[in-house]
Amino acid sequence: MAKSKSKKGELASEGKSRRDFIVVASYAMGAVGAGAFAWPLIDQMNPAADTLALASIEVDISKIAEGQSITLKWRGKPVFIRHRTAEEIRQANDVDIDGLRDPEGDDARAQKAEYLVVLGVCTHLGCVPLGQKIGEVRGEYDGWFCPCHGSHYDASGRIRKGPAPSNLEVPPYAFLSDNVIRIG
Amino acid sequence: MESKEFKNPVVSWIDHRLPIFSFLDHEANEYPTPKNLNYFWNFGSLAGIALVIMIVTGIALAMSYTAHTDYAFDSVERIMRDVNHGWLIRYIHMNGASFFFIVVFIHIFRGLYYGSYKAPRELLWMLGVLILLLMMATAFMGYVLPWGQMSFWGATVITNLFSAIPLVGENIVTWLWGGFSVDNPTLNRFFALHYLLPFVIVGVVVLHLVALHRFGSNNPLGIDTRGPQDTLPFHPYYTIKDFFGLSVFLTFFAAAVFFVPNMMGHPDNYIPANALQTPAHIVPEWYFLPFYAILRAVPDKLGGVLAMFGAIAVLFVLPWLDRSPIRSARFRPMFKIFFWLLFIDCLVLGYIGAMPAEGVYVLIGRLATIWYFVHFLIILPVLSVVETPRPLPQSISKPIFNAVGGGLAGAMSAPKEKVE
Repeated sequence: MAKSKSKKGELASEGKSRRDFIVVASYAMGAVGAGAFAWPLIDQMNPAADTLALASIEVDISKIAEGQSITLKWRGKPVFIRHRTAEEIRQANDVDIDGLRDPEGDDARAQKAEYLVVLGVCTHLGCVPLGQKIGEVRGEYDGWFCPCHGSHYDASGRIRKGPAPSNLEVPPYAFLSDNVIRIG
Repeated sequence: MESKEFKNPVVSWIDHRLPIFSFLDHEANEYPTPKNLNYFWNFGSLAGIALVIMIVTGIALAMSYTAHTDYAFDSVERIMRDVNHGWLIRYIHMNGASFFFIVVFIHIFRGLYYGSYKAPRELLWMLGVLILLLMMATAFMGYVLPWGQMSFWGATVITNLFSAIPLVGENIVTWLWGGFSVDNPTLNRFFALHYLLPFVIVGVVVLHLVALHRFGSNNPLGIDTRGPQDTLPFHPYYTIKDFFGLSVFLTFFAAAVFFVPNMMGHPDNYIPANALQTPAHIVPEWYFLPFYAILRAVPDKLGGVLAMFGAIAVLFVLPWLDRSPIRSARFRPMFKIFFWLLFIDCLVLGYIGAMPAEGVYVLIGRLATIWYFVHFLIILPVLSVVETPRPLPQSISKPIFNAVGGGLAGAMSAPKEKVE
């Protein structure tokens, strides 16, 4: 009786560790399966292939007269391209960079000094700043002025005054020729 | 409900104020379940999981779908080609509808065979029939959304069923359409309702479960449980069995989704809707075929519609048509034969529904339709009177009929105890 009992006990303990292994393995496989099912449902909310296909645009900038700005839509957001005057370029470079909130030289922001390409999205909370059209308020630094909460940007699109934390973002772009740039 | 002690102090604190854990423990953990359930009792939980799969994938699809006649078809194609994993989500949703119906049909035939609709589970059964009706409405409207040829003409034919109603029929159809034909307003409202109804189904499922847990599951013997010796706690015994069944179900489901995703669909639905041309051979989705066959069997517009809805209506009143106090077909030799005849009859109706309405198919369809109603309206009430049931076992834990004395007493007492 005692012998059979001890044998039973051994078997039980052996069975327990085996069972633990099966339980843990089952839970692990279940978690992998649930994850594999969950991922497509999550990833479907990421940009679709057709959205990504429209993620870059090409622009002919030869038609922009000096002093004029154009606004384009790229990835659903406005892009400002300003053909700057010599005076604006001078203003943009004639700044004590270390005194800026977001220190950045103008040459680091414009590949060609005549053309400034920035996202027209205020870095505060995402409004579109004014200053593109003739007659619009350009702010105290002759760049752009965001009407939502009063951020002033200079002729290089840098934040100079107001609540915005950083300069207008420069999108990735490249000059394909003297007249054509590709944004994105 | 008694508040239970939990080891985790946070759980205890919450449970004292909001007894959700006690509730779950009571209804999903210790919940006493007959120990003799066979695999046919897996299909309730499978149906619940299928519903969840449909809702989850449906919400994902709704994020990329456009409910407009000009964009609906293209937005579905965009889901198939451009949206990340969109093809997978749509194929799961498409085939999920079919698998949901497969599971629910097996669940219903399980209930028919083992008499699960009988007292005290009549409301449980009727809520189930209501879920079936809601599922049919939801599936129908979902099939319209891709705005293919079958979508459009299916919507036209099914909504026109209501024109059979005397006097106000035409007005009702115009109201359903929001215009003078199936068009953009129809598509918009079908999308709204297709999104709404699954959540209504969830609500009715909750009622279905509340009714189920009132008296617990029926079982293959169809006799009541008489105490702890007849039951097992739901967890882990039936959770693990349900999980095993789920893994088998998902194997078949995945096979369909990955290898034959369009098997249960119809190629014509990949042609954009055209209001000026009906496809040559128009059939509903397979799960509607038996009802479609009944509709076509009656050579009268209103009569056909009434027969089709009547096919569901007889299920509603089934607990009062079958008066036999014996639940399980195991102990009803004649009922068992007629059950299988009904099963074959439903398969025949399904086959006829898929065939063109001509020649011998019409005759077979009519006979099968008549048999369907004869079964419920004549055979079941008559069987309740004329059939001599086999003796019932004493209890679930003593399933073998003991011919000496006690066994017979048990058999005699079993019907009585159902009165409770």
